[in-house]
Amino acid sequence: RASEQNTEEKMISPEKAEEAKLKARYPNLGNKPGGSDLLRKRLQKGQKYFDSGDYNMAKAKIKNKQLPTAAPEKTEITGDHIPTPQDLPQRKTSLVTSKLAG
Amino acid sequence: MAGPGGDMQWCFSQVKGAIDDDVAEADIISTVEFNHTGELLATGDKGGRVVIFQQEIENKNPPQFRSEYNVYSTFQSHEPEFDYLKSLEIEEKINKIRWLPQKNAAQFLLSTNDKTIKLWKISERDKRPEGYNLKEEDGRYKDPNTITSLRVPVLIPMDLMVEASPRRVFANAHTYHINSISVNSDNETYLSADDLRINLWHLEITDRSFNIVDIKPANMEELTEVITAAEFHPHQCNTFVYSSSKGTIRLCDMRASALCDKHSKLFEEPEDPSNRSFFSEIISSISDVKFSHNGRYMMTRDYLSVKIWDLNMENRPVETYQVHEYLRSKLCSLYENDCIFDKFECCWNGNDSVVMTGSYNNFFRMFDRGHRRDVTLEASRENSKPMQVLKPRKVCAGGKRKKDEISVDSLDFNKKILHTAWHPQDNIIAVATTNNLYIFQDKVI
Repeated sequence: RASEQNTEEKMISPEKAEEAKLKARYPNLGNKPGGSDLLRKRLQKGQKYFDSGDYNMAKAKIKNKQLPTAAPEKTEITGDHIPTPQDLPQRKTSLVTSKLAG
Repeated sequence: MAGPGGDMQWCFSQVKGAIDDDVAEADIISTVEFNHTGELLATGDKGGRVVIFQQEIENKNPPQFRSEYNVYSTFQSHEPEFDYLKSLEIEEKINKIRWLPQKNAAQFLLSTNDKTIKLWKISERDKRPEGYNLKEEDGRYKDPNTITSLRVPVLIPMDLMVEASPRRVFANAHTYHINSISVNSDNETYLSADDLRINLWHLEITDRSFNIVDIKPANMEELTEVITAAEFHPHQCNTFVYSSSKGTIRLCDMRASALCDKHSKLFEEPEDPSNRSFFSEIISSISDVKFSHNGRYMMTRDYLSVKIWDLNMENRPVETYQVHEYLRSKLCSLYENDCIFDKFECCWNGNDSVVMTGSYNNFFRMFDRGHRRDVTLEASRENSKPMQVLKPRKVCAGGKRKKDEISVDSLDFNKKILHTAWHPQDNIIAVATTNNLYIFQDKVI
């Protein structure tokens, strides 16, 4: 009887085991599961931040050194990263017909 | 899987799109929709383009029924925009296409990107006028002094030309990203839903819309859920539903009040709190909601399952089907590679007896409600010989892998089938892989 109980206690649901794995890799992950952070990130899709004043001041401050690039963290929402020309999306190519119609 | 008159056997019919593996982002298919008769099939892509296929029936007689969908019209529906005021890049990706029921010779559809809905008219021209008095055939104007007699221009047949023109542009009504549009059964109005609000439009009026649902909290820090999908009831023009990122569905009655913030019904399956994990809410988020054709049920899709709800029972679904339960023990890596946020759609067959949804590795699943059977099929170029019967696929969750089974770790998570559509009457289905459109039909129609 006692041994059965022990086995049951040891069995964690696969979902909880995965959760433990994730928390081990990202100890800073908030205790708000699927909460505000994720939702706000979703609502902010498409937001581009660029202020030429900030950009030039940041460039002047650092002078010859490279501008810091943002760390791809899951929890980061706002951009305090000054975009560099390399970061800006490439100009989209001219519109062509869909290959489905080919 | 049994259908009327025997087992359903799905055969390859056609595949559209490029073969090469290097997929341009613009070619990613973002929506697939049959019109109300099934004669037309529309696709939208990330590049803002719409391609419409028309069914041409080669052999009407079962069991040799054969049809082919060929390109009917293609046009650029939306273009990329930049909102300078808000520093917002607006993607041209077509999120949804919905057809209007046909009223006259022309066809109409609504297509939407994140911010703007457009009503497109698709019309045929198969005659042209000839014999103008003042113009030459090439369009140059004649010298009036050379004209000595009058004639009546006549209409002569010409090669079919299909023209698409934007008839209405419904813009500037959504602060957040539009995820759904749905045409009302009254054929006069439609709704558009974004993350926090739902608007009601009249098809003729573009400069104003009514806000019917607003779940934006006064303080955005208090935001706990967003709207993920919305749809009008197929027959009751006053009823619509919307789903949320927390796994709930609210049914609203527009007769109750002007603002439908208060639901008439709330559909939610109780959760065992001891099973709750970091992933619970994320995987419970509903990515699609669809009413059955008969209007008595609705189906929801969350990350791992498909649920059928009886509109008369709010406290739990009447049926639950596991799409790919084996992924439950992979949630950590699926969170890291963002796949856990993939939005799968689902659809009903014409008589609501079978439902279908996509999965990974270009697999898609069908659940036969009546016969309690399900099947996993694959859309791949390897099974693309004409009328080749699709072999059921099986994923091995663990333990010894049998021959022909594929192990969970071998699944390609980049090959997602998010969009599928079922012909409104016949057993013909359209399945979109990343950049290809597959059409399958039942061997016996």
